[in-house]
Amino acid sequence: MKVGKDLVAASATPLVLGILAEEESYGYAILKRINELSAGELDWTEGLLYPLLHRLERLGCVESNWQSVTGERRRKYYRLTEAGLAELAEQRRQWATVMDALKGIWLGPGDRGTLTAIPLEGRA
Amino acid sequence: MTAREGQEELEAQLAQWRQYVGRRREMRPPDADELEDHLRGCVDELVEAGLNADEAFLIAVKRMGSLDDLAREFAREHSERLWKQLVLTASPAADARSRRDLRVMAFCAAGAALSIKAPELFGVSLDNNAAAVFYGPNVSLLVLPWLAGFLAWRRQARRSLIGMLAALFALGAVAANAYPLADRSQSLIITSIHLPIALWLVVGLAYMADGWGSSRRRMDFIRFTGEWFIYFVLMALGGGVLTAFTTGAFKAIGIVPQEFIAQWLLPCGAAAGVVVAGWLVEAKQSVVENIAPVLTRLFTPLFTAVLLAFLIAVGWTSNGIDVERQALILFDLLLVIVLGLLLYSISARDPLAPPDLFDKLQLALVVSALAIDVLVLLAVTGRITEYGTTPNKAAALGENVILLGNLVWSAWLLLGLVRRRVPFTTLERWQTGYLPVYAAWAWIATLVFPPLFTYA
Repeated sequence: MKVGKDLVAASATPLVLGILAEEESYGYAILKRINELSAGELDWTEGLLYPLLHRLERLGCVESNWQSVTGERRRKYYRLTEAGLAELAEQRRQWATVMDALKGIWLGPGDRGTLTAIPLEGRA
Repeated sequence: MTAREGQEELEAQLAQWRQYVGRRREMRPPDADELEDHLRGCVDELVEAGLNADEAFLIAVKRMGSLDDLAREFAREHSERLWKQLVLTASPAADARSRRDLRVMAFCAAGAALSIKAPELFGVSLDNNAAAVFYGPNVSLLVLPWLAGFLAWRRQARRSLIGMLAALFALGAVAANAYPLADRSQSLIITSIHLPIALWLVVGLAYMADGWGSSRRRMDFIRFTGEWFIYFVLMALGGGVLTAFTTGAFKAIGIVPQEFIAQWLLPCGAAAGVVVAGWLVEAKQSVVENIAPVLTRLFTPLFTAVLLAFLIAVGWTSNGIDVERQALILFDLLLVIVLGLLLYSISARDPLAPPDLFDKLQLALVVSALAIDVLVLLAVTGRITEYGTTPNKAAALGENVILLGNLVWSAWLLLGLVRRRVPFTTLERWQTGYLPVYAAWAWIATLVFPPLFTYA
């Protein structure tokens, strides 16, 4: 199963913000992290990731700088800003609403247990 | 293949890939750096998994998807990049160079602005009557050397060229001031018109630097002239808005800045504008599409239609052309415009393209202009033999003959081009080869005409 394009696009911002909330990171690592998180089901491309990062930077949600960690190449690292944290919180509220609504309609009260296993509160 | 060889090949492949990315306007060098880092990350991982370097590179590039798709995504986020910006500098070296250009340009523009006011120190104020007599022939001498200087500096012109430029400007100064020209004489007006043309072609020498023998460089100068003119007009429009606003705003608080505007803002602004326009053309050379050829394309059909309508009207009513002096000048200007339309479409034409409808249209334009001009010339020659000649008539007639000569041969070459007998470059060479004729004529009109007509 591959997740549809629209859904990938819609979830892109909260995913990237969430990953950057864990720690500052660079493009390739972010893409790998998304792959890990979704077990390869989210089909992300560089054409989605980098313009998105640039857009978030323009909106002030993230800031970037070129760093060279010892023994590594010079890389452009992205870090979440205050505005980015606020945006992440807002996104989480909206997604929680969407997920609640979906759960309400798809799951009877009986088998709700399987989904509550997904932690709603991340490490933000 | 050893690991080192593999690494070298990988670097070569990455360099090539960067070249492809570099051609995309949507992606700037920092983006390319970022994407390259991504590719390297991907390659490293694949190499760790046991692939060799070039296999890994192929897969990594393939995963990234086509550059077209990638560029499209970048364009959606950075649409402003598709609009070329003036301060677009690719590398730190180019950045430093353009900043140095900017400084020298500012210096030259300030120099031009001050030069225009400098005569005031010697009592030649812009508002008294003597001013018109002095500024008329001298204004180009005060301003154009700064533009030539800027261009010569930018081209790092040789000493001999700089010496030649200085000598020509000095010759211009002599022509403008050594002759005893009366205040309202025709010769004064003729010098005022022709000296700027002669000096503009001297600027051309600075622009072309060493390449003034080459047809391509001359064509570049023709392009430069057209773009310079357009920038200058645009800046004049902006200056007009600035002037209107200054006047209005200060009037509102009871100060009338008439004096300041007429004495300082307009003359200094125009003088500086001459240099700034030259700098803009140099700086934006590769940044905007040339606008002169676009205007040419728009107006060639319209002018052709008007000229044909005029010819038909002349034939229909069998009215002769009333040849006053103004009429002669008007038709001179018409030839200049036709020549300009021809020049700027030549300057933008792909030399290898086969003749198309536009070339035929141009032929029609030139031929109809020629037909009109022949009618005018016949009438004028009649009048001159009847009433004798004046400097004005002689100059107008001489210009007419020069332009006519150019256009007749151009028409012939255009006909050959349309019939695929003559290659396009012949036409281009003809036009660029004609530049010295204009220069010679402008110098003759300023240097020889006044004594010839006893300073009338």
